[in-house]
Amino acid sequence: MSGAIATNPRSRLSDFFYRHSGLLTFALLLPPLLWIGIVYLGSLFALLLQSFYSLDEFSGLIVHEFTLSTYEQLFTPTNLTIILRTAVMAAAVTLASAILAFPIAYYAARYARGGWKALFYLAVMMPLWSSYLVKVYAWKLILAKEGIVTWVAGKIHLGWLLDALLAMPVIGGSSLSFSYIGTFIVFVYIWLPYMILPTQAALERVPKNFIEASADLGASPRQTFRTVILPLAMPGVIAGSIFTFSLTLGDYIIPQIVGNSRPFIGTTVYALQGTAGDIPLAAAFTVVPVVIMGIYLMIARRMGAFDAL
Amino acid sequence: MPPAVSFQHVSRHFGHVKAVDDVSLDIFEGEFFAMLGPSGSGKTTCLRLIAGFEQPTSGHIEIFGETAEGLPPYRRNVNTVFQDYALFPHMTVGENVAYGLMIKGVARAEREAKALETLAMVKLKGFDQRRPSQLSGGQRQRVALARALVNQPKVLLLDEPLGALDLKLREQMQEELKALQKELGITFVLVTHDQGEALSMANRVAIFNEGKIVQAGPPADVYEHPRSRFVADFVGSSNVLPPEFAAAHGGTHAWTSLRPEKVRLVRAGEALPAGQFGVSGRVASALYQGAITRIAVELNSTRIIAAIPTGMTTIQEGETVALAWDACNLVAMEAA
Amino acid sequence: MRSEPGASVPLKAAAVGGLLFLHLPLALIFLYAFTTEEKSFQFPPPSLTLHWLSVAWFDRPDIWGPLWLSLKVAVLATLIALILGTLAAAALWRARFFGKDSLSLLFILPIALPGIITGIALRSAFDIMSIPFSTWTIVLGHATFCIVVVYNNALARFRRLSPSMIEASVDLGANGAQTFRHVILPQISSALLAGGMLAFALSFDEVIVTTFTAGQQATLPIWMLNELIRPRQRPVTNVVAMIVIAVTFLPILAAYYLTREGEHTGGSGR
Repeated sequence: MSGAIATNPRSRLSDFFYRHSGLLTFALLLPPLLWIGIVYLGSLFALLLQSFYSLDEFSGLIVHEFTLSTYEQLFTPTNLTIILRTAVMAAAVTLASAILAFPIAYYAARYARGGWKALFYLAVMMPLWSSYLVKVYAWKLILAKEGIVTWVAGKIHLGWLLDALLAMPVIGGSSLSFSYIGTFIVFVYIWLPYMILPTQAALERVPKNFIEASADLGASPRQTFRTVILPLAMPGVIAGSIFTFSLTLGDYIIPQIVGNSRPFIGTTVYALQGTAGDIPLAAAFTVVPVVIMGIYLMIARRMGAFDAL
Repeated sequence: MPPAVSFQHVSRHFGHVKAVDDVSLDIFEGEFFAMLGPSGSGKTTCLRLIAGFEQPTSGHIEIFGETAEGLPPYRRNVNTVFQDYALFPHMTVGENVAYGLMIKGVARAEREAKALETLAMVKLKGFDQRRPSQLSGGQRQRVALARALVNQPKVLLLDEPLGALDLKLREQMQEELKALQKELGITFVLVTHDQGEALSMANRVAIFNEGKIVQAGPPADVYEHPRSRFVADFVGSSNVLPPEFAAAHGGTHAWTSLRPEKVRLVRAGEALPAGQFGVSGRVASALYQGAITRIAVELNSTRIIAAIPTGMTTIQEGETVALAWDACNLVAMEAA
Repeated sequence: MRSEPGASVPLKAAAVGGLLFLHLPLALIFLYAFTTEEKSFQFPPPSLTLHWLSVAWFDRPDIWGPLWLSLKVAVLATLIALILGTLAAAALWRARFFGKDSLSLLFILPIALPGIITGIALRSAFDIMSIPFSTWTIVLGHATFCIVVVYNNALARFRRLSPSMIEASVDLGANGAQTFRHVILPQISSALLAGGMLAFALSFDEVIVTTFTAGQQATLPIWMLNELIRPRQRPVTNVVAMIVIAVTFLPILAAYYLTREGEHTGGSGR
């Protein structure tokens, strides 16, 4: 018990935090909390505040008075169409990502071993982290009228199929890079890794003996898949869907580069705050994805998706 | 000379759970003291109170006469051997052992020499450059021991130190730990749920149940004279006889403990000598356990377990046997 | 391929097909960097040339400014994220209090909500507080979503530290600061490095938030976006895209190997 009384200030501080370990936790938490609280939540709050202001149509200036008129504007048929279009796109992208991601995740989790497993993981990680813009650009190259898709379709004599696809009423267009199909493909491509990783993580956590137990109890592989593997993988899929859905809702670059220039929430917000200078309406528009995601996160949390993040 | 460790009405509560509930106890210098009890009985919390990882909710703790509550672990001359060894994976064995000395500011050459010396003491000469991950469980255990001992603590705390080892190694380590304690003269406090370990190593044993010490004393004393049904059952196994049965078969009108190995088989036609009492009944089960066979005999009011040396006779389930015991082996207990 | 029996052919095909879908487009970026066709994305390229590499290096000084700015922003944002993300992870690892989940949700929020919201929110906050655009306004936005990357990596490693190891250090006489330096830091450093690498890669090619926080400044991704919307020499854009891929590829690869080591031998091992 030598030196029961600490003499130098640093070890006295150490003693103090040892006795009050809650305070240490608080002291550690404070800087990041302040950052997120002030920089992020503060900004979000400022944005929310803006949505209750309005734009004077004649002067083009923002009227700093509380009003709900901006929200009235939000619910005009044109804007509702934009919201609906975005939500449908996000849902379609999420669904397609889940379907595409599952076999990859399943294979990587259950069958790939050793070096192959590492390769699989890297193969998913690389596109996830590599440049968003570069990937979008790559698809511009692929989907262009004179690009590789047209070329391949011509080579295998399926040009007629491509033309038929592009001739379809809503989803078609002059070329793939100017159609909903193109926008959809690029969205799926860009967000796919966000779906694969949590799904794979959830599948990895299904203990092997669950599957053996199920088989032992007389379930066919198909039944085992449906009754054991799929339910246990669901939290992972839902966690992935948080990303695919949210990212699609808010994206404003992909529809600008690949698409038929019909507005989505993201492009509308971008245009409103930029050229139109209507910050209040832009702010009100961003509340839509926030609300949608809020509800989505609440449901996801209830379904245990947060453990799979 | 004050006791090495002294608890005075110490309690430690976690919310509504009374992990340690009004415990008073003295551990004397040079003792090998064991805290024995089932999991959740408060023995580990007591150890953590001595180490300083926990602070008492109420009561007073002294270590060699000095007040310990409020003192962080790094200001106590007490060291711990952890159940999972808790070796630092990013350091070599030598660095692990020298860690405490490094923190104290002992010069490199000196602490390295001390570490080697202590490693030799636990029979790990030449292992100092290895990583903990390259060692077996038993070797890691020895490193953990060396890492604590090198600081020459006044009290060494051992938290289920042998729990992860297999039986053979465990028995060997028991002997070694006991010898080491004798040689060094340091006070050892052992926490275990293994009654065999506690009985074979310790000078004194405290039996914990539900946050309280229910009995303390030398191992033989606790074993021979359990004061409660809990102790009788937990330390070894025991026949707990109801008061009426005990009074009618050589004991007093009290709940009474009778150890199975004190019950013998009576041969047909044998007359019981004075001071012996017997019963007869049907054998409900017979379990062969190597050196002994454990038989359960069904009586009207109770059942008696007897540990019979194997090889005397073969006993079949369902046959009727007669059993007998010395009246002096009946131990009346305070509570049921 | 060493795989268990039972990976059916369709499953294998779907898995491999999915991976090809993820990677072939990136290969095209490289191909088009060497095409002789400047005006359209003709496939196959009429012929190949190294011309655009020299054009990008010598004739396009407009690339260097954005490249330098992107590197500067990425370094600063990574440093801030390293400090704040580690603190947050340490606090939530220690925390036993109620509301811990909500707090961790708060740190995840900047990547769970669409980037455009973060962007426009920051921009309106800058407007309200009359903060002029500068390198620091970009860094502010980037650091906010980079924190979560470091936080996730650090927290995962913290959770693998055994509590008794820290108790052992304290028991052997080390106070909190000494325990952090000698026991905790050496064991989380590779995770921090990995988190930092990923944060760097994330910041280096971020465009969605940056558009709102950069004002008239151009980072490399913003330069690229402008080239995509109003192309000048298309293959030069591909050359820059190759650089971006290279600059982000290496830290990601490093991060993978740094965290993998821990995963294989976590717990008792090294």
